[in-house]
Amino acid sequence: MSNTPPVHPDASQQPRGDVLADDPSYAPRQSGAESAASGAAGETLLRVENMHLHYRTQRGVVRAVDGISFEMKRNEALVVLGESGCGKTSLTKALLRTLPRNVAHFSGKVTLAGEEISELSEEQFRRTVRWSRISMVMQAAMNALNPVVRVGEQVAEPLRVHNGWSREKSRERAAEVFHLVGLPADFLNRYPFELSGGMRQRAVLAMALVTDPLLVILDEPTSALDVLTQANIMNVLKRIKREMGTSFILITHDVATSSELADRVALMYAGQIVEDSPAQHYFTDPAHPYTKLLMASVPRLREVVEPEHIPGQPPSLLELPEGCRFADRCPSRHERCGANPELQSLPDNRKARCWLFTEEAQST
Amino acid sequence: MSRWREGFKQVRNYPSAILGLALIAFLFGLAAYTVVFLSFEEAELHWRGQEAVRQNPINAWPAWINAFGYDLPETMVLTSEEDATVERDGSELRIEFEFDYTYSDFPSEMALFLEAEFDERLPYARMRWHTPAGEVFPLGSRSVGAYERVSITQDSHLERFFYGKYPHVGLLSDPRHQNQAEILSDDVIPALGEIVAWVADDEQQVVTERLGEQFVLTEEEAQWVFEEVRALLAQGVDEQERLAAALQRRADELRATAEVLPGTYRIEILVDLMHTEEDAADVRATFVSYGLVHGVAGTDHMRRDLSVALMWGTPVALAFGLLAAVGTTITTLIIAAIGVWFGGIIDATIQRITEVNIILPLLPILVMIGTLYSTSIWLMLGVVILLGIFSASIKMYRAMLLPIRESPYIEAARAYGAGNFRIVFRYMIPRVLPVLIPSFVTLIPTYVFLEASLAVLGLGDPTLPTWGKLLHDAQEHGALEFGHYYWVLAPTVMLMLTGLGFAMFGFALDRIFNPRLRRI
Amino acid sequence: MSAESQTLPTDTAQVETQVPPRTEGEALLHARQLHTWFELRRWGIVRIGYVRAVDGVEFSLARGESVAFVGESGCGKSSLIRTLLGLHKPTEGDVIFEGRKLSERSRQERHEYRAKVGYVQQDPYGALPPFMSVRQILAEPLIVHGVRDRAERERRIRAALEEVRLSPPEEFLHKFPHMLSGGQQQRVVIARALILKPEMIVADEPVSMLDASVRIEILNLLRNIQRSHNLALVFITHDLSTVRYFAKRIFVMYAGKFVEEAPVDELIDHPQHPYTQALLTALPDPDPENAHRDTEVPGGEPPSLLNPPSGCRFHPRCPHAMQGLCDVEEPPLFEPRPQHHSACWLQRPEGEQPPKADPGATP
Repeated sequence: MSNTPPVHPDASQQPRGDVLADDPSYAPRQSGAESAASGAAGETLLRVENMHLHYRTQRGVVRAVDGISFEMKRNEALVVLGESGCGKTSLTKALLRTLPRNVAHFSGKVTLAGEEISELSEEQFRRTVRWSRISMVMQAAMNALNPVVRVGEQVAEPLRVHNGWSREKSRERAAEVFHLVGLPADFLNRYPFELSGGMRQRAVLAMALVTDPLLVILDEPTSALDVLTQANIMNVLKRIKREMGTSFILITHDVATSSELADRVALMYAGQIVEDSPAQHYFTDPAHPYTKLLMASVPRLREVVEPEHIPGQPPSLLELPEGCRFADRCPSRHERCGANPELQSLPDNRKARCWLFTEEAQST
Repeated sequence: MSRWREGFKQVRNYPSAILGLALIAFLFGLAAYTVVFLSFEEAELHWRGQEAVRQNPINAWPAWINAFGYDLPETMVLTSEEDATVERDGSELRIEFEFDYTYSDFPSEMALFLEAEFDERLPYARMRWHTPAGEVFPLGSRSVGAYERVSITQDSHLERFFYGKYPHVGLLSDPRHQNQAEILSDDVIPALGEIVAWVADDEQQVVTERLGEQFVLTEEEAQWVFEEVRALLAQGVDEQERLAAALQRRADELRATAEVLPGTYRIEILVDLMHTEEDAADVRATFVSYGLVHGVAGTDHMRRDLSVALMWGTPVALAFGLLAAVGTTITTLIIAAIGVWFGGIIDATIQRITEVNIILPLLPILVMIGTLYSTSIWLMLGVVILLGIFSASIKMYRAMLLPIRESPYIEAARAYGAGNFRIVFRYMIPRVLPVLIPSFVTLIPTYVFLEASLAVLGLGDPTLPTWGKLLHDAQEHGALEFGHYYWVLAPTVMLMLTGLGFAMFGFALDRIFNPRLRRI
Repeated sequence: MSAESQTLPTDTAQVETQVPPRTEGEALLHARQLHTWFELRRWGIVRIGYVRAVDGVEFSLARGESVAFVGESGCGKSSLIRTLLGLHKPTEGDVIFEGRKLSERSRQERHEYRAKVGYVQQDPYGALPPFMSVRQILAEPLIVHGVRDRAERERRIRAALEEVRLSPPEEFLHKFPHMLSGGQQQRVVIARALILKPEMIVADEPVSMLDASVRIEILNLLRNIQRSHNLALVFITHDLSTVRYFAKRIFVMYAGKFVEEAPVDELIDHPQHPYTQALLTALPDPDPENAHRDTEVPGGEPPSLLNPPSGCRFHPRCPHAMQGLCDVEEPPLFEPRPQHHSACWLQRPEGEQPPKADPGATP
């Protein structure tokens, strides 16, 4: 990505401003005992097996999450990619058990760092998992800050609620996290309206990080932000992942942004994962026909390739087809697509939900 | 519009909405029926009372009360044309009413209406009452003018004869108690010493025979006298004076007792027409035995049938509620939309007027106008709408319309050149109508109650029979003190049904059309 | 205008000398020194300043030409298109359409102008009144512009629906916006923009709210319509990657001004202005390597339009900012490459001395 522009000779002497150098340097983590990176990188952090989340509506049952299984390792960033209405936001609700009232069916086995958290009672889950071990940045969360409470207090709130820390102690920690996400410490005393969108987004990120969770779920964290601010936030996330060893699940519909953080990409379609591959394979050599089409539809800035649109529309989550859910739009549709395939394991640690990759299909 | 159709289809999912709709349908049905089948002239005439209601009882309960184990008499009207035998012999006219009286309760009142046609001299009538026991009581005699009301109930001679009982009670009573009272006071008490001695010493058989001979009593009566005296003696009342006092009390008690003697009664009216030629004179008679129950709603202190007011109250209440609700909500919305769209001084003026108006109390102003100027319902309606337009809801609509003003579709409309009024009426107002409709529906009963409260305070339109007027009359005539609960209950129930029906329907609509309240 | 009027003439003079506007005869639309400022008042009385949403914009657009305005939110591009659409009155400068100034047109002529410019908005659901059916929505512009005949309206509505590939039209005429998918809604918006047979389409981020797979469809549709009708197209976006497919020229806007202008490929391949360079850096193509390197973009936030920085408005964030020059003197549009203009002191022609040269200054 070397697009160093031809600049005027006078200016080319100037060192290009290292923007990161502007950011404050970070104090070493003081509370080492509860570090997110305490487990060895590479060991399994989260395993989700056969998760379902269905809603009851007046028009029928919406199968928003319909049999999702995946696994992620410590210090990994998993991107859950999907178009609107594919159930990706419901997946975050299922993971954090922040369920709406009209749940029709909710099941699945979730194992976090060896502990089966799906077995915990609601109260235990609230006390030991939500926000203390898995935290979240919700969609448009920056607009959900309480306008009449100082940002610092809001960021410190999870510590006071979950850890029962004193005001001073949690404030110190909040200052630390502010540092981490690149917010000046004096912003602690400001009100949300005094912060720009990017700054608020950083504050929301700080709120998610303040309890030093094992896993942070980010639901479209940058979709409402400008290009440059977005890039800055992504830089912060990369740095936190690199330096703190935090694991991320990034939920997004934006293919280009997703590549900024992904170690692994899980593509959702109509409530299911259709492909789950390491990033280097996903972005360069997608397996599933839907992935191929989706990648081909992404306009690219630096290549003169006409992007192509995917004909048709995803099925309604109210009336899902019997067979493969992508079959209607799929160019490699054949007779077996009348049945819904399982997620098949492929070489290179890849998985795809398509009949093209069953063992027989591959052997022939 | 499909949004409306979809919304109203959802009504089926809300039982409360269906019940509310049923109530509203009932009220509108009743209103339509009233307007079609009970002309306002008729109702107004009835409500003026007097002659139109002369055959109605006073303060009668609704007839359906008998379904709850009562046997209260209904009003009975007999006319000489249809229910009487009329014989004419020269100038002698004889009218005879014959009727069965089988209720266990007495009527509230009885009266004879006599109408005469004559050339010169007034016909003269004598009236007599025949009981099933064969007794005959004179009901007086009088000259008959064009129209006479002969109130049997107010006949003072008869009243004295029945020891202060109402004559219509006395006439229908079983005479046995009267007899027994007379036996006690005329026969037994004067000869008390003797009788006590007999009762104390001898066999019952002997004593009753002796009593029968001595006082000319039937066997049954003698038996009764024996038992009365023996019961007193058994209670240890043996002193002569105390015994006499006790018997006297018993006699008074019996005199006051009135029990209907069921059977066939006759009223005989003998008229001397004072004219010998046919056609020169005639007398028609109507006998009315006023019941204790009347119609579906009972009557008030002026014999007026409450159902007239209940029925005519429905269209009046609905019309007032609807007109006031339409008048306020639509104009309020339009004014709010105009203020929001044009902004600036127009908006500021509307806001200030609203703020002043919110402070003004509606009810006291209406009371003031009612007492000082006029209580016409149209004036009240006008004032209600006028003060209702710049109400707090203007602020609510403004809050709803402000974001709509900035919405992209309005910008698009401006971009293709839609004018100001098109934007206000075609793009802004329809957007908030779904939220408006439920509040409009729930607003209707508010105005119905307002109109009723004015009437209760005595500021109702004097010419209209309304629910509020009924409550006002009931309150004024102590309906609750005297146990005329039906008088208060009927209009209250109508008001409550109105409130309930519109409220249940309106709140369900609110849940349907207001996305924030939608049940998922 | 009075508050800042003394600085305006110099800007104008400079820019006009640098970029001679095309002759107004051939241009369909010409924006001449457009300024749209909004007055900010306290208590509605005391003026406390101006929001300079559009601050000296100059461009022209030929018949059938397509241009893109690129910039972040708050850079004034929305105010600019509203000014072009005649929804805001420019504080200074003129919008000249077919050789006539908008401000000099009569009420009737302004109404006619609105028929000649179609508007495609960003949020297709918000852009359609939710209580109207597709037929009513498309009939509205016709009614407003006096098409009284029902049959004629119906014919044009059907033609417009066919045009945007919503066929057969019968299937969509009675539908309400919420019954349509995002892509179909945007097609209705486009049909509405086309129904008055405009000369020019203004599209404000027409695909940013749509899913990736639908975006291309809508962009292709817009492009095809633009070409087949020879429409002028103004396309506003913050996403440079979608621009390439149908705009001929790109204008990069920052804090109310154009900072760079060039044909599309030229601009993407050889960005001159540091802001454009940053924008391009911040827009990666999908690449697994992205996760392993930081994107080198300037921090900070776009300036407030109420109180923009002195000199070059990008200088507080610019990695190449030269003290004493960039923060003092506002750069004019230079032409460092043919047909490529950039408002940056770095691009000043060789040999020309900066007004207050201080090249040794550190950023």
